[in-house]
Amino acid sequence: MNKFAKYFYTISVYIFLYLPIAIVIIFSFNNAQHSLVWQGFTFAWYASLLHDSALLQVAWHSLILGILAATSATVIGTLIAVSLFRYRFFGKKILHALIFILILSPEIVMAIALLLMYSFLKIPLGFWTLLLAHTSLCIPFVAVTVYSRIITFDIDIFEAAMDLGATDFTIFQKIIVPLLIPAIASGWLLSFTLSLDDVIISYFVSGPTFGILPLKIYSMVRLGVKPEVNALCTLLLAFTLFVVIISYHSIFKKKD
Amino acid sequence: MKKKASFFKIFSVSVIWLWLGIFALTPIFLTFITSFLTSDSNSIVKLTPTLANYSDLLNHAYFSILLQSLYLATSCTIICLIIGYPFAFIIARSQSKHRSLLLLLVIIPFWTSSLIRTYAIMAILKAKGILNGLLLALGIIDQPLQILYSNMAVLIGCVYDLLPFMILPLYTNIEKLNQSYLEAAKDLGANWFTTFIKILIPLTMPGIIAGSVLVFLPTMTMFYIPVLLGGAKNLLLGNLIEHQFLTANNWPLGTAISVIITLFMGIFILIYWRNSDEEDRESLV
Repeated sequence: MNKFAKYFYTISVYIFLYLPIAIVIIFSFNNAQHSLVWQGFTFAWYASLLHDSALLQVAWHSLILGILAATSATVIGTLIAVSLFRYRFFGKKILHALIFILILSPEIVMAIALLLMYSFLKIPLGFWTLLLAHTSLCIPFVAVTVYSRIITFDIDIFEAAMDLGATDFTIFQKIIVPLLIPAIASGWLLSFTLSLDDVIISYFVSGPTFGILPLKIYSMVRLGVKPEVNALCTLLLAFTLFVVIISYHSIFKKKD
Repeated sequence: MKKKASFFKIFSVSVIWLWLGIFALTPIFLTFITSFLTSDSNSIVKLTPTLANYSDLLNHAYFSILLQSLYLATSCTIICLIIGYPFAFIIARSQSKHRSLLLLLVIIPFWTSSLIRTYAIMAILKAKGILNGLLLALGIIDQPLQILYSNMAVLIGCVYDLLPFMILPLYTNIEKLNQSYLEAAKDLGANWFTTFIKILIPLTMPGIIAGSVLVFLPTMTMFYIPVLLGGAKNLLLGNLIEHQFLTANNWPLGTAISVIITLFMGIFILIYWRNSDEEDRESLV
C-alpha cells in the first residue's frame, strides 16, 4: 500500500468515527432550535438543562447509583483478580471462563435473567435492583482491568513478604493494593462510566420510583434531535473523554 | 512456612462465589428453565414443561425476525471486518511514537455510550440533517434522501456503533504478530495476496473471531438501534425479547429467544477457544 493511500484511509475512518459526535457537540452551542445553519454561539441549551429539575433529579440518582455500583464492583472485581493470580481453589478455571463469558454476553441476556430472578423472589424494581444489576455488570470489567496489571507483578515480592511472616491479608493490604492503585482507580472510573451509560440492563430492571439518566436520555432521544439533548450528550461525552484519558496509561499500555 | 488456607483466602473465594452464584449463575439457570415452561396470564409462568416456546420461534413471523437479525448481524460484522482490518493493521504497524495516540482515538468511542453515538448518527441522517444538507448544497441530489427510518440507517448505525469493538481485538492481535513471518513469506516469493491468505489471516484468526463476536451479538440485541434509526418498523431479536417481556407478557418465549442468542455465543466461544492460545485469551479486552 502506498503511503498516501494509507493516510487517506486512516483519516477517513477517524472522520467516520468522530464526525457524528463532533456535530452533536457543535450544535449544542448553536443559537437556533432547528436550523442547520450556524446562528451564533450560545450556552442557552446548557442553562435550560440546569433549570430542568426532573433532569437534575435523575442525574443525582445516576451519580449515587454509579458511585455505589462502581465501588462494590471494584471491591469484588479486585478480589477476583487477586484470587485468580495468587490462589488455587475450587472452580478456578470455571471462574476464569465465567468472567470471559460475562464480558462477551449481550447485555439483554443478563438483563432478562436478572429480571426473572427479581420477579421470582418478588423484589420490587427500583434502586436496589438497579444497584445489584449494575454492580454485576461492572465486576468482570474491573476483574479484567486489575488482572491485566497484576500478572506483571514479580512473585518474589510475595514470597519475601511471606518469609518475613506477613499474613495474606497484610500482603493484600500493604503490598498488592498499593501497587494496584492505578489499575483499581481505572477499574472504578470505567465502572462508573458503564453505570452512567447503561441503557439495556437498566431498561429492564428499573422501576418508576427511581429514574436514572441513561433511561431519561433514551426517552428524550426517542422524541428526536433537540439542542437540549445535544447539550446533555456533550456533557456526558466530555466525562467519558476525561475517564478514558485518565485510565489509558494504566490499562491499555500494560505491555510497556 | 506454608500454612493451611488463610482466612483471607477463604473470605475472598467465598465472596466471589457467593456473588457470582447469586447474580450470574442463578439468573442464567432460571432463564434456561423458564424457556421450557408455559406462559400464564396471572403469574410469571405455569410450571408445565413444554417445548412450545421453541416451536413458536419457528413460526413465520418470529422466524423472519430471526433471519432478519442474522442477516443484519452478518452484514454488519463483514462490513466492520472489511473496514477494521486494514485500519487495525495500519495503526498496529505505525511508528511507535504515534501509535498510542492513534489507539487512544479508537478507545474513546469504544467507551462512549452507544446510545449517544446512535443519537449522533440520527442527527447526521435525518431529512434536515447534515448529510442531506451537504448533498443538496453540492447539487448531488435535489430532494432530501429518506435514509433515517430504513434498514440502511440501522445498518449504518450498527457499523458506526460497533466498529471500535472490531478494531481493538484485531489491533491487539496484529500488534504482537512477528514481522519476520511476513518478511520470510516475501523472501520466499509470495505475493501480497498469498501472504495475506496463508500467513496473515491464520495468524490473526483469534483477533478476527473475537472482534466478530463483539460485533455480531450486540447487533442482534441492541434494541434501541432499530427503534431510533429504523423507526421501529424493522424489529430485531432484541426488540422481540423486549416486546415479550414488557408488552406481551410472554416471558417464556422471551427467555427462549435469549437461550438461542446464548447458543450463538456458545458457538462463537468454541470456535474462538479452538483458534486461540492462553496468551490470546489473556490479551483480550
